[in-house]
Amino acid sequence: MTAYRVEIRVMPRAALLDPQGQAVEHALHALGFAGLTRVRVGKHLVLDLDAPSSEAAAAQARVMCDRLLANPVTEDFEVAVRAG
Amino acid sequence: MRRVAVVVFPGSNCDVDTIAAARAAGSDAYPVWHRETDLRQADIVILPGGFSYGDYLRSGAIARFSPVMPSVNAHARAGGAVLGICNGFQTLCEAGLLPGALMRNARLRFLSRPVWVRVDAVDTPFTTLYDQGEVLEIPIAHGDGRFVADPRTTAELEAQDQVVWRYVRDNPNGSTSDIAGICNAGRNVVGIMPHPERRTALALGGDDGARVFQSMEAGNATQHAVDVRAVGDHHLRV
Repeated sequence: MTAYRVEIRVMPRAALLDPQGQAVEHALHALGFAGLTRVRVGKHLVLDLDAPSSEAAAAQARVMCDRLLANPVTEDFEVAVRAG
Repeated sequence: MRRVAVVVFPGSNCDVDTIAAARAAGSDAYPVWHRETDLRQADIVILPGGFSYGDYLRSGAIARFSPVMPSVNAHARAGGAVLGICNGFQTLCEAGLLPGALMRNARLRFLSRPVWVRVDAVDTPFTTLYDQGEVLEIPIAHGDGRFVADPRTTAELEAQDQVVWRYVRDNPNGSTSDIAGICNAGRNVVGIMPHPERRTALALGGDDGARVFQSMEAGNATQHAVDVRAVGDHHLRV
């Protein structure tokens, strides 16, 4: 078993209204960041886990996302693994 | 007298009001702690409002894995009546017993105030004593009340008359199609964002919510086949 660090990015579906992203976008515009065209706010999860391979760690993380960490109705996720 | 199990999660805060509302309607209502797995021959299960597990991760996401939930699932899939109020509605969506999800209110603020909802379906176990199209004044108290579903699911909800309550006069949270409450295809599992248990007597400012509990006690709604779209213990993928 090897220690891996898994980083998971969970983002609201692009088609859905993201009021947090809009609020941040408005605030950044108010600060004068004129070139800004869109902000979306999601979640970043960092997991340390032991697995036989990085593929196994990624597979396990995807199951975690399917079952608990992301809601497929409203969110998409990406998994990145590196040696812990 | 119907037996009504009101599930109590850590962070539930409407359980006592819900039990009182059910008892006032004549039911034998009792609390069931989320670590229990025996619903004690419940005819009806209610998941009450509150903030189970602090709404961590997503509202209802962790409550949905509580030890009691397989029993709630089995009860629902056998055609038993289930009502989710507010956080209970969120939990039923997370559990895949109802389609869609509830997201942060469109204007981000937590809203605690009366709203008006129209009863659009009177053939669920919780609405038989209402008139079709009747407008009720019931309070909301939520931060995550914006119902969303993909267009196909929303179209199905409309086509099969699964929208049970709809906001009228104004849409407080940006909910799709003004949806305030829905039922599953089998019509035995129902979710509502406003709090009917908080309007069950004139002393509470109105009794528009009382018939939700009186309807379930009257118990003349038929039991239907289970919702075939909610399969296994995974989220729906539609």
